[in-house]
Amino acid sequence: MAAPGGFSGTDFRQEEGVLLGFSKAQLIAFGLMLAFILISPFYFYPMFLMKLLCFALFACAFNLLIGYVGLLSFGHAAFFGMGGYLAGHSAKVWGLPPELSILIGGAVGALLGLVIGWIAIRRQGIYFAMITLAFAQMVYFFCVQAPFTSGEDGIQSIPRGRFLGLFDLGRDLTMYWMTAGIFLIGFLLVHRIVHSPFGMVLKSIRENEPRATSLGYRTDDYKLMAFVLSAGLAGVAGGLKSIVFGIATLTDVFWTMSGEVVLMSLVGGLGTIFGPVVGAAVIITMQNYLAEFGAWVTVIQGCIFVLCVLAFRRGIVGEIGNWLRVRL
Amino acid sequence: MDDIFGIPAPLLFGQVLLGLINGAFYALLSLGLAVIFGMLNVINFAHGAQFMMGAFAAWMLLSMGSNDTARLGLALLLLPTFVLLLEWGLSHVRLSVSVRRTIVIGLSALWLCTILLPLVPYLDVVMARSMDASGGGVLQWLFADGGPFARMLGVIFPNGLGYWWSLLLAPLLVGTTGILAERLLISPLYRLDHLYGLLLTFGVGLIIEGIFRNQYGSSGLPYRIPPELQGAWDLGFMYMPVYRGWVVVVAVVMCLATWLVIEKTKIGSYLRAATENPALVQAFGINVPRMMTLTYGAGVALAAFAGVLAAPIYSVNPQMGSNLIIIVFAVVVIGGMGSILGSVVTGFGLGIIEGLTKVFYPEASSTVIFVVMAIVLLARPAGLFGRA
Repeated sequence: MAAPGGFSGTDFRQEEGVLLGFSKAQLIAFGLMLAFILISPFYFYPMFLMKLLCFALFACAFNLLIGYVGLLSFGHAAFFGMGGYLAGHSAKVWGLPPELSILIGGAVGALLGLVIGWIAIRRQGIYFAMITLAFAQMVYFFCVQAPFTSGEDGIQSIPRGRFLGLFDLGRDLTMYWMTAGIFLIGFLLVHRIVHSPFGMVLKSIRENEPRATSLGYRTDDYKLMAFVLSAGLAGVAGGLKSIVFGIATLTDVFWTMSGEVVLMSLVGGLGTIFGPVVGAAVIITMQNYLAEFGAWVTVIQGCIFVLCVLAFRRGIVGEIGNWLRVRL
Repeated sequence: MDDIFGIPAPLLFGQVLLGLINGAFYALLSLGLAVIFGMLNVINFAHGAQFMMGAFAAWMLLSMGSNDTARLGLALLLLPTFVLLLEWGLSHVRLSVSVRRTIVIGLSALWLCTILLPLVPYLDVVMARSMDASGGGVLQWLFADGGPFARMLGVIFPNGLGYWWSLLLAPLLVGTTGILAERLLISPLYRLDHLYGLLLTFGVGLIIEGIFRNQYGSSGLPYRIPPELQGAWDLGFMYMPVYRGWVVVVAVVMCLATWLVIEKTKIGSYLRAATENPALVQAFGINVPRMMTLTYGAGVALAAFAGVLAAPIYSVNPQMGSNLIIIVFAVVVIGGMGSILGSVVTGFGLGIIEGLTKVFYPEASSTVIFVVMAIVLLARPAGLFGRA
């Protein structure tokens, strides 16, 4: 399987962390991202920024799996969408506070990830992608029929509530700060996972699974754990999105959403910590500006897929990192 | 009428028949996927889109005399044939590679521009403004109803080309697009991880589906059952529409033919050998890259053939393939891609299981195949007919 120019061929050096496990270059990039998050709400439309952050978190969760374990899941929409539905349901029907609803979304994503992952990790490579896609489609059909999703209409007018009972999230800017906080926690969590001893085992599985097995690691357990973490974070992202927009629909569970998150990670750079964020920003911005062209967006997305795979496999962040000779 | 397990027999048999029809499409599509995967090690995510193209090609051939968008689509579908013929023709002329390449790219770009420009949003408005006031530009006029193309086609094929011609021509047209796609896009990826092939063909599928949705909307176009296959047979216990029976029979014949070609002919033996060890086969002087191209073309043609069969049953619409292909993926996982006959048996079997579920527990009919997939993965991770 280890083809030349493997699926996400970042080199395997462990660099010394300067702060929080970031290298110098990563620290600068993180500072830039933080500055953008702090300044942008005063210049851009907060709803757009919140959408971007939700998808950036989703893409980070997805990248944890593809970039660091080498597993291509084509079914992440299931976790994202189900997280959204459950968070919406608990906020609207059960009247739970937003932070708890989002946590429930994450828990549901993780639980679903445990079930799907447990079955899917029996196969590798292409089969893994097909199996996750098939299960996600099953979840989609379930959501079409289940009464609590209210079918085609989706769960509408989900209340944003008050964060910790103190801050009224009805104001877009307050909601934005909470979204940004959750995104940063998720981002740093992914970073921490990747740089932990656990993360090193994951990377060794990506590079050479039989070798990792022969060194005594139960690779299936590690893969399942990574899958559950990734699915849980995707659920958090979905829950956050439904609280922000007050709506959870079938679009978020459909396979096109799985394709979109793959595209975001691919455009940004697989296996780079900042890649998914940049990729999500690019794709969401593109969708925003091209919305009037209708189905041409699909064509353009397809073209970007083809272009990235043929000529641009490192992605934006990967190319920049390669150019500056640093890992981002 | 008798009841079976408390279910009226006609209802039961009707659903089993529907299941068989679905199974026929699962079998044909998973067969194409298996053939392509065996040779190219690429999972063809665009298979659903190519199935849809087959159905649309049939519709275009039928209505090319009376519909300008059908003519446009047909001209687009003919582009790969044009390019391949041009390449072949030029290979007999003494020309340097760069000159030949320039000619091919130049002429196909010219062709593409003639066809594609009217599709670009707003461009026709701009052209109408800049060229003449009679609405639409020169290109629109070229393909419009009553324009030169339409009149020419009207003289040659007054009623368009019907179902039987489509059954032959649509797979050829769509297959050549596959050949061109393999040469241009897929072949550079063979040295890379297999997942890149999946991502690329996913992108190709999105492009195809997006273009068709732009041009034809998502509501679907009607395609009539050919007069020879209309009506129904009385089987005593149920009425069987002739066309549905025909689809099942043709699918079985087609699957058997594919199996025979691969297992019993010389070219099939080359194919199997190249699947096992391409380097060795190449060392014997067999052109393996060309075999890969033709295999992909054949797999795509098979998908298009299934599309033509499906056109009179389902309405011809851009989404008809993408929803089907995910179920076919599950079928492929259940059957394993090791054996040709395995994927056929699994396809039909799962179609019947789906049909029976529709009778006994309709709520689960859309998910039953995925449940079967989960059970098979737990019991036999390599699939029913797969090699580990």
